[in-house]
Amino acid sequence: MTFIDYETLKLIWWLFIGVLLIGFAVMDGFDMGVTTWLPFLGKTDDERRVIINSVGPVWEGNQTWFITAGGAIFAAWPFVYAAAFSGLYIALLLVLFALFFRPVGFDYRSKLEDPRWRNMWDWGLFVGGAIPATVFGVAFGNLLLGLPFHYDDTLRSFYTGSFWALLNPFALLCGLTSLSMLMMHGAIYLQLRTDGEVQTRATKAAVAAGIICAVLFAIAGIWIAFGIEGYRITSIPDVNSAVNPLTKTVEKSIGGWLSNYHTYPWMMLAPVSGFAGIAIALWAGKQKYERTAFLFSSIAIAGIILTAGFSMFPFIMPSSTDMTSSLTLWDAVSSYKTLGIMFIVTLIFLPLITVYTSWVYRVMRGKVTIQQIQDNTHTSY
Amino acid sequence: MLPSAEVVDLSRLQFGATALYHFLFVPLTLGMTWILVIMESVYVMTGKQVYKDMTKFWGKLFGINFAMGVTTGITMEFQFGTNWAYYSHYVGDIFGAPLAIEGMMAFFLESTFVGLFFFGWNRLSKEKHLMVTFLVAIGSNLSALWILIANGWMQNPVGAEFNYETMRMELTNFAEVILNPVAQVKFVHTVAAGYTTAAMFVLGISSWYLLKKRDTGFALRSIAVASGFGLASVISVIVLGDESGYTTGEVQKVKLAAVEAEWHTEPAPASFTVMGLPNRDAERTDYAVKIPYVMGIIATRSTTEEVMGLIDIKNENEQRIRNGMTAYADLQRIKSGDKSDEAIAAFKKSKDDLGFGLLLKKYTPNVTDATEEDIKHAAKDTIPNVFVLFWSFRVMVAMGVLMLFIFAASFYFTAKRTISKQTWLLRLALFAIPVPWIAAEAGWIVAEMGRQPWTISGILPTHLSTSSLGAGELYFSIAGFIGFYTLLLIVEMFLMFRYARLGPSSLHTGRYYFERAGAPAGLTSH
Ligand code: HDD
Ligand code: HEM
Ligand code: HEM
Repeated sequence: MTFIDYETLKLIWWLFIGVLLIGFAVMDGFDMGVTTWLPFLGKTDDERRVIINSVGPVWEGNQTWFITAGGAIFAAWPFVYAAAFSGLYIALLLVLFALFFRPVGFDYRSKLEDPRWRNMWDWGLFVGGAIPATVFGVAFGNLLLGLPFHYDDTLRSFYTGSFWALLNPFALLCGLTSLSMLMMHGAIYLQLRTDGEVQTRATKAAVAAGIICAVLFAIAGIWIAFGIEGYRITSIPDVNSAVNPLTKTVEKSIGGWLSNYHTYPWMMLAPVSGFAGIAIALWAGKQKYERTAFLFSSIAIAGIILTAGFSMFPFIMPSSTDMTSSLTLWDAVSSYKTLGIMFIVTLIFLPLITVYTSWVYRVMRGKVTIQQIQDNTHTSY
Repeated sequence: MLPSAEVVDLSRLQFGATALYHFLFVPLTLGMTWILVIMESVYVMTGKQVYKDMTKFWGKLFGINFAMGVTTGITMEFQFGTNWAYYSHYVGDIFGAPLAIEGMMAFFLESTFVGLFFFGWNRLSKEKHLMVTFLVAIGSNLSALWILIANGWMQNPVGAEFNYETMRMELTNFAEVILNPVAQVKFVHTVAAGYTTAAMFVLGISSWYLLKKRDTGFALRSIAVASGFGLASVISVIVLGDESGYTTGEVQKVKLAAVEAEWHTEPAPASFTVMGLPNRDAERTDYAVKIPYVMGIIATRSTTEEVMGLIDIKNENEQRIRNGMTAYADLQRIKSGDKSDEAIAAFKKSKDDLGFGLLLKKYTPNVTDATEEDIKHAAKDTIPNVFVLFWSFRVMVAMGVLMLFIFAASFYFTAKRTISKQTWLLRLALFAIPVPWIAAEAGWIVAEMGRQPWTISGILPTHLSTSSLGAGELYFSIAGFIGFYTLLLIVEMFLMFRYARLGPSSLHTGRYYFERAGAPAGLTSH
């Protein structure tokens, strides 16, 4: 197999993982946003069931974006899979524990009538949406700051920071950005899939979350420009070959994360889509162009994630304590063969997944109403 | 600095416990999806409402179980990274691929369509809905295929090679990884175990309805499906289990010898130890009851080949450990900068035993300075826990034979249309519901503990595989898992019992027992 060289494959895999992460944020993001709003936007049991059933048939497929992104990082960037998940051990476990509430919450909540039972699961679903949404942002924030880890000569990774150190002001800002972003997205989805009272409340919720998200995103941008050190590779062996992460040299400087935008001005499209996407989505939502609103909310998410990705490119996981140990898309990757095989597999399955997922959404399209819930009280979630 | 023994033990405990827990839900999903396909196919072909009700009712129980399968599966997906970071680095190049493919090929399929299975009844034609059910079944079975390819590779690591530049194993031949004979037999044995589990579940619960004389038409039809499907499945499990034993004998001599508690190589064909108390320290089996010839024939399918005993295997491994010390020294030489052809050629010659050298790291971090005593210790480590393997295996087989009897009898009396009168059999089937789970958990204990002291047989020792975590972090996560999983299990069992008791009345069609005039009141639900 020499249809593509190693260097190009490495770049493609950066893109693929990006696509999977954005797919995750867009697809699973709206159901996490929806369940975060659940206790607040649903005043009666019927209203809450409307909200739950708006995502009931599809959330499971959405969550698979998360699982698959995890698997793909394992296959394509085993260094990152190993160092990030073991280093951020407590944080990742919190996400896992929060996610536990989702499958059982959706499936079990309406199987008993007792209001206490249902209320308990509603808060469970809230946790299952809000915690992961926040922690992912916190994790991204810490990636931008660099994580305290290093390798020994057998390439065993050691993480020297504590869990509490992850909760620094900049990372918390990123966490809130991510939470408000997915809450906006979820509220816009609810506008599309509900009517009446719930829809009216969702419209207001979307505007509030969208504005907060835009403001936080802007603050994060300024912080990155003036307050945070970005990393830069100063020397690295031929990236078209197998590179051991310990063979490069790295330096850091304030504002370093902006240098890509100077070199490649087209990358500015990412933050611009972030802001413009939010603005258009909120406007379209007010005008009741519900599909347009959802489309632009998704574009905003892609823009915001890509902004972080472009800033760090080619870094994936910079090390703050031993810069040489930093992981980049050139040296954190699998072998040429594995990347090539997984490239072909992805080319086949990603389009297929898109096609059948669209079909399922078409079958389940339309508004979920209180009337429907009451008519199907034994089969709805 | 290597992970402490405490961290290694806690990581093993956590992985083993969460995997065994995940596998409480997996087998039911694997088999139930096919039972639903069968029931719904009959509905589509005959148009009889009762088959639709069967699909929906058993589908409800399936859903309660499925939610737990997903909940516990997410843990597994990330646990390699959180707790087995060095493992993930060392073999991620090979091992990650099947996991990623599993996500793209299998999880997406089952998870996307499972929503339509529950919510699509009024939105899809009969045929389209059946297709959806079928795709869920295919998806869950494909997921078993890929994860077992990954797991099979840990048992028999083919198609890969150590790369000293990146200090890890790298893929050389993906076809070999997929066509790995261990993975193939594991897959068929494990999915057949899943089918058996689901059949036992449906059979047991339906038997209870017959004992209570409730919804008998519904129960009899469910029994007809379950006993036929179950009989075919349990026969497959047993035949394929034998196949699994044979393949194990080929590539994992030590596991087979341990399962059979064969300490000394016996002249062929070896006798089969039915019972006894394997004693690892004294290297013998106390109170052994043996049947001549049988084991040799099962394990080697010949009367002339020998089954190598544990003590001989240990001696062979001792030699490999010595070679491994050479390999380690050769690798150190390359790592310190000598990349001459000669240095590389030397390493190539010895590198197949590098993993055996790594076993010594438990005793001396430098490997090359190991004493005779260290080598003896390490060689002894290569023999897994014989007592546990011996007995887990026997439990599994006994459960298999018991289920063969139950399914055969149910099938027979269903064909004769007298099953309702066989109260003893109905009772037996009810109480045998846990039996397939016991067998499956025992099976995993055989497979996984039999691989010790390795995570990747002959390549990477378990004690090197973990993340560099502190014991505190592990106590936190283990406490979290125990807390959450216990709570979730209670909730799940509560719902499962409640809905199984309600039976098809939970569909609120007005056709079943609790909805008829004169039925005991007081049960409402959704
Ligand atoms: C023989 C089968 C088998 C085995 C050995 C495993 N699993 Fe599993 N897994 C399944 C068979 C399965 C399934 C039947 O496909 C499940 C169970 C119930 C379900 O919902 O799907 C599932 C669910 C499931 C999910 C949720 C998928 C979804 O959202 O649909 C994940 C992420 C994993 N598993 C991951 C793993 C990992 C990383 C394992 C390795 C330790 C593992 N499983 C062992
Ligand atoms: C769901 C079915 C499974 C069950 C019930 C199961 C069971 C177990 C058990 C009991 C252990 C502990 C063994 C010991 O420490 O002595 C273990 C360890 C382990 N298993 Fe499995 N296993 C399953 C699937 C898998 C799969 C599919 C993989 C890989 C793809 C895997 C990889 C491992 C690893 C990495 C360890 C830890 C290292 C070790 O102690 O050997 N397991 N498993
Ligand atoms: C009755 C005859 C049976 C035989 C001879 C048999 C044989 C085996 C063997 C040799 C293994 C170990 C494979 C390895 O480690 O490489 C195994 C594993 C296993 N068995 Fe069985 N088995 C039998 C019945 C059952 C039954 C009834 C079930 C469950 C319903 C079951 C479920 C499993 C599972 C889940 C595993 C672990 C996965 C695997 O390694 O394939 N087995 N079996």
